Amino acid sequence: MSIEIQRVTKVFGGFKALDGINLTVPSGELVALLGPSGSGKTTLLRVIAGLESADEGAVLFDGEDATQRHVRERGVGFVFQHYALFKHMTVFENVAFGLRVRPRRLRPRKAEIADRVTRLLKLVQLEHLGNRRPAQLSGGQRQRVALARALAVEPKVLLLDEPFGALDARVRQELRTWLRRLHDEIHVTSVFVTHDQEEALEVADRVVVMNAGRIEQLGTPEDVFHRPANEFVMHFLGNVNVFHGRVEGGKAMFGDLYVEHPVAAGRPGAAGDEPKDAKVFIRPHEWDISAHRNGRPAMEAVVTHVNAAGPVVKLWLLSESGEPVHAELPLDHYRALELRSGQRVFLSPRQVKVFFD
Amino acid sequence: MRWGLTGAAVAFLGLMLILPLVVVFATAFSKGWSGFSAGLADSDSFAAVKLTLIAAVISVPLNIIFGLAAAWAIAKFEFRGKSLLITVIDLPFSVSPIIAGMLFVLLFGAQGWLGDWLAARNMRIIFAVPGIVLATVFVTVPFVARELIPLMQAQGREEEEAALSLGAGGWQAFFRVTIPNIKWALVYGVILCNARALGEFGAVSVVSGHIQGVTNTMPLQIEVLYNEYKFVPAFAMASLLVLMALLTLVLKHWIEWRSARSLAQIGSGPDRAIAPPR
Repeated sequence: MSIEIQRVTKVFGGFKALDGINLTVPSGELVALLGPSGSGKTTLLRVIAGLESADEGAVLFDGEDATQRHVRERGVGFVFQHYALFKHMTVFENVAFGLRVRPRRLRPRKAEIADRVTRLLKLVQLEHLGNRRPAQLSGGQRQRVALARALAVEPKVLLLDEPFGALDARVRQELRTWLRRLHDEIHVTSVFVTHDQEEALEVADRVVVMNAGRIEQLGTPEDVFHRPANEFVMHFLGNVNVFHGRVEGGKAMFGDLYVEHPVAAGRPGAAGDEPKDAKVFIRPHEWDISAHRNGRPAMEAVVTHVNAAGPVVKLWLLSESGEPVHAELPLDHYRALELRSGQRVFLSPRQVKVFFD
Repeated sequence: MRWGLTGAAVAFLGLMLILPLVVVFATAFSKGWSGFSAGLADSDSFAAVKLTLIAAVISVPLNIIFGLAAAWAIAKFEFRGKSLLITVIDLPFSVSPIIAGMLFVLLFGAQGWLGDWLAARNMRIIFAVPGIVLATVFVTVPFVARELIPLMQAQGREEEEAALSLGAGGWQAFFRVTIPNIKWALVYGVILCNARALGEFGAVSVVSGHIQGVTNTMPLQIEVLYNEYKFVPAFAMASLLVLMALLTLVLKHWIEWRSARSLAQIGSGPDRAIAPPR
């Protein structure tokens, strides 16, 4: 089922949590709402679910207006960050709940309920734990019970609020991969909220980057990472070095460096135009590092700290003008360069991103 | 040192708590079983027991309904005047019961604001059973709500939201999710409320008028008997109240033990420790 959000606004006592949001989630897609806390992503998810009502705007399911529909009639499965399992019920009872509370004429027979619950527990790999209470499970197991419980009512939309937020790093990683596989298996339209850019980029078909109640960018993980629409997205999707400089005559200048930055005639900073102040963004892995000048425009810097634990080596440097610079390079490059703390190196950016002030 | 302290504590408790209890029962049975039963067989005493039970039977259910509604509203919703409501719920705890009684006399008494209106309709509240019930309800208002509010606030709204998203109706969510989660706190509040309803003296004393056999509750009847130097009947009735109190304590203890056990069973895992995000 497709979801369409039209000009949705939500205000909490003077605080604009959502500010005229427009978004379409095509049927069968797995979409991540990514943003810092307070960006409105959870509120948007709750508005889709019907747990929160929009002050303005509409929510459409398959083109049909569902704005006034109560949460229990929306047919959504909602997975809470802290699971919200029914503590006094067994795992089996938790999963069966949505079927048991149906009106008598729609309620499956006992044997059928048992059958469906067993199948779902198998799907989430917990078939042997049906008699346990939620408190007797680990966090990852609880989250899978919550997922099975949400799937039991055969929702047309699955909504997950920071589904892995309360789990430790290893379980998080496991569940991420597992959620992606599960989605490929059952193909239910899914929206999940996260503040972890790695999680969003790894799991989702498309990523919605949110900030201050607005959508900053919507695109595939590749899009938002490599072609960020603005400064905010650039910052939010990973570490980045920022330099204040200007664009002049088709070049971006910052510090003692310049890079080609062709600008179409008529746009600010185009050749022959006045110089325009700009910020230059360079991702840590976009630096070429050499021990000697090699003719390319380069920034001189001193290595201050090295972290070589892992396949990618992290370098912290200080440029000539005293700005801290962050760089990453593959382990074999690092070894070939024989870098040490205190060493003078030359940094040339392979790729930059320029946003005007 | 340890023995000295323990001894002092035991001696103090014995003097202040155990000895009076012993005195109550000793006096009640000072003329033997026949004296005890004769003291209670009196029709006025019987009426007092009945009135006390009526007051409790009416005020406890009212308290449950009000307590649940108030705690629900306070814990699960945001609204203006919420802290005012919490304060108002505590009012019966903070004012003297005498004042509570006077309040009803000023409202419903013959010279009170609504006195003429009531008299015209031939309705009596003060110096009658309705007044006793009203006063009892007033002084017991906070008990259930006070037990439930912190618990329900800590539990948040997520489990109910989960139930609704799974298709449950409001009442289904209430009976299948909310009530099981607050069961023991509710029972505990009811027990405390009941104990207070049975034992209330001050507020009830003001509105009662001390009409023997009509508006005297057990505590009031005890006072009347005592003032008439009828020690055996007075203490016989007092022993009944003490027995009810002891029974309440045993029940309370049992509830605490049960809820501690069920908590250990359903656990206080990390999902309870962390407040839901907003």
